Amino acid sequence: MKKQLYERPLIQRINTGLMNKFGTKTEYAPTSHIDGFAVKDLIKEFGSPVFVLSEQTIRNTYREAVRAFKTRYPRVQFAWSYKTNYINAVCNIFHQEGSWAEVVSGFEYQKAINNGVPGHNIIFNGPDKTDEDLRAAITNNSPIHIDHLDELYRLTELAEEMNKRPNVAIRVNMDTGIYPMWDRFGFNYENGQAWDAINKIMLGERLELIGVHCHIGTFMLSPQAYATAAFKLSDLALGIKKKYNKTLQYIDMGGGFASKNTLKGSYLPGTDTVPTIDQFAEAITTAILNAGFIEKDLPLLILETGRALIDEAGYLLGSVIANKRLSDGRRASIMDFGVNILFTAFWYDHKISPAQEFSSYTEDTVMYGPLCMNIDVVRSNVTLPPLKKDDHVVVHTVGAYNMTQWMQFIAMRPSVVLLGIDGKAHLIRSKEGLENIEMNEVMPEFLKNHQLSVANAK
Amino acid sequence: MKILKNIALSDTGFVFNPSTGDSFSVNPIGLSILKDFKDGKSEADIKKRLLSEYQTDRETIEKDLYDFMKMIEQLHLTEYHEQA
Ligand SMILES: Cc1ncc(COP(=O)(O)O)c(C=O)c1O
Repeated sequence: MKKQLYERPLIQRINTGLMNKFGTKTEYAPTSHIDGFAVKDLIKEFGSPVFVLSEQTIRNTYREAVRAFKTRYPRVQFAWSYKTNYINAVCNIFHQEGSWAEVVSGFEYQKAINNGVPGHNIIFNGPDKTDEDLRAAITNNSPIHIDHLDELYRLTELAEEMNKRPNVAIRVNMDTGIYPMWDRFGFNYENGQAWDAINKIMLGERLELIGVHCHIGTFMLSPQAYATAAFKLSDLALGIKKKYNKTLQYIDMGGGFASKNTLKGSYLPGTDTVPTIDQFAEAITTAILNAGFIEKDLPLLILETGRALIDEAGYLLGSVIANKRLSDGRRASIMDFGVNILFTAFWYDHKISPAQEFSSYTEDTVMYGPLCMNIDVVRSNVTLPPLKKDDHVVVHTVGAYNMTQWMQFIAMRPSVVLLGIDGKAHLIRSKEGLENIEMNEVMPEFLKNHQLSVANAK
Repeated sequence: MKILKNIALSDTGFVFNPSTGDSFSVNPIGLSILKDFKDGKSEADIKKRLLSEYQTDRETIEKDLYDFMKMIEQLHLTEYHEQA
């Protein structure tokens, strides 16, 4: 007689009438393949854990977003927000699709230049631009988004010194009815700071004001907040036209559209609650179209969408190191990936699915990473079939921010693989080793030697 | 290990404890183990049976049966004196 397939014995209390806070059925349906690539083959070839990005999903998501805006508004331009994922291969997919670059630091700026993005298509945001950064941006005619008055004054000095007329926009913060209000970046709309900055630029005559910019928050769930923001920026643009007879080139609405992730503490999964890109597009474009621009003055609409364009294309594949039972009876699995490479585990209840077939029996599990730290919790409650040591899992919707905010702490950063539309799996960043960690270390001469073994010898 | 006498086991994997009103679900292998315990079989007997019926090894069964028995205890499905 052929022996049966083995599955660990499981027993679980049935809590009738209580909301299931542990997850949904779809969660533990196995994900054995991604874009036709078998998870186990990918792990075999590139190791575990490994980040995987789907080129097809990136391109589809991007085209879908462009369609949502372009069918509603005549002039739309996306600018890829580098900090969201600045692996060059990823940036170049967006640039191939027609996206500009949006950067917030000198090294990101240099990355965009090295990727071949023309200077005038690189938007330079952020509160910390050095003189060197500003000089490069001025030389290359990049739009510089001014964050504070100190920057405005410094830029004016540099413009004089270089005898150039930098292209600038101001970052505006405002009350859009959402809490918390991001008022630490840019100039406030309601209290008149934004107009102060505009007047200084227009009357100073050293800077060329070409746009207005806002970024009202991240993982925003309210299209209405965008309608309010678009209305307020339009109001500034129309006011500038009226007061200075100056037509701005663009309104930049920043990023912030939520991706299809589930925020910690929410009952319903993100896939059910997050507004569609069409809803955001409808809110923004309607507000601008109804603001009162004459047709030829309609500004270019720039979007710096980050997470909503890349999150879903990213997966983290990993393996079970061990299982244990906690003192209160809960099951715990220790995985070979932790919060050092999955920073977003602090914000989201990431969907995690097994990578192999199981029966429909499940168990509530705490999922830990491998770090020797109490905070290293990947999911505090997840419903999964009984995983054994070396089984694989797929963490979904991890394409945004993880591959930029990751760190080498106890464990190193893994490889990143792009599943190409050419049917091949391309390594786009190799996993790090000791050499990467020690690359920048310097050993002073007097610390080069020690005699531990001699000192300890009896 | 002694399972409470009045525990009801259904073939669909539904377990009911009439003295507390608690209900539980078990997978088929878990159900077979509960039945064995109810029938008074020993831990060693059960291990032997599992090893002959399933595609796995002794070590895995040792580990998982131990864990399952701990769970049964924790869910108060065993005779009181065994829980000490
Ligand atoms: C100025 C600016 N633009 C765009 C983004 C991208 O945001 P998101 O990933 O939420 O779309 C950010 C992120 O913080 C930002 O600060």
